[in-house]
Amino acid sequence: MSWWVVVWLSLGAYAFKVLGFVVIGSRKLPRALERCLLLIPAALLAALVVKDTFSTQQSLVVDERALGLAVALLCVWKKRSLVVTIVAAAAATAILRAL
Amino acid sequence: MSRYTPEQRSVLSAGLTLSTAVGIFAIAYGVLAVSAGASVLQTCALSIFTFTGASQLSAVGVIATGGSASAAVGGALMLAARNAIYGLALAPSFAGSLGKRLVTAQFVIDETTAMATAQNDMKLRHFAFWWTAIPLFSMWNLGTLLGALLGSAIDPQAFGLDVAFSAAFVAMLAPHLRRKRGRQAAVLGAAICLALIPFVPVGLPILASGLAIIIGVRPDEEGI
Repeated sequence: MSWWVVVWLSLGAYAFKVLGFVVIGSRKLPRALERCLLLIPAALLAALVVKDTFSTQQSLVVDERALGLAVALLCVWKKRSLVVTIVAAAAATAILRAL
Repeated sequence: MSRYTPEQRSVLSAGLTLSTAVGIFAIAYGVLAVSAGASVLQTCALSIFTFTGASQLSAVGVIATGGSASAAVGGALMLAARNAIYGLALAPSFAGSLGKRLVTAQFVIDETTAMATAQNDMKLRHFAFWWTAIPLFSMWNLGTLLGALLGSAIDPQAFGLDVAFSAAFVAMLAPHLRRKRGRQAAVLGAAICLALIPFVPVGLPILASGLAIIIGVRPDEEGI
């Protein structure tokens, strides 16, 4: 792998962090915008979950990861700790793959 | 532990368990990166300097499937753009000198934002941010090094390690689903992402899911 990947990705990722947190961040934002911004984690985390579970590159797929997600949802619903949630989800997927 | 309030203790325990889980996931990332053709040094440099897991994974994923360096960086940076939006959400709670904010910015990621924004009190927000950032940064880098050294000795898929991220994200999502607005944003974000995956380059569906936040323009029934 080229070192340029490391350099550009690191500079770019830091630039985005600084843009939001430092460059724009300190200004007082309108209430409506603030309400919208508070919804960002909900929208993006949900999107990341479905992307990581139901896609491989640009294909939509349902495979062993779906069971892992179901187990994770059950763990969170039953208020299990994060480690238990991750281990149970990974184990469910691994076992289903091994069958 | 007695010098901490019950709220701080619950934040500490959540931050430390989250970091442990992230450490386990970092091992998977290290293994994946090295098997994709990155050197141990490059794999570790990405974890220290890029320090945003989803982007790192996306980049090595593109390289592994034969993508170009620019395609790898492009997709990964689209994913990294969400940290700018997280920064906007966090900034009002983090005043301080420019130098301090420039350092703090490096730690603005999914997990620290989720932990900090889940707190109602300003002081508790800082506490949650740093007690997630420091252990998580340590564990992410330690796990990366371990995974990179293990190299191709283990198969992450055989251990189901590829669902570790989703499982962690589900746990982080939970507090945001308590309010109706949060649930609506989550469903809409997920739907936008799934609808776009087959049609646009990797990384873009995640960015587009951010459009779901426009439902926050009008105040909700709770008047917030």
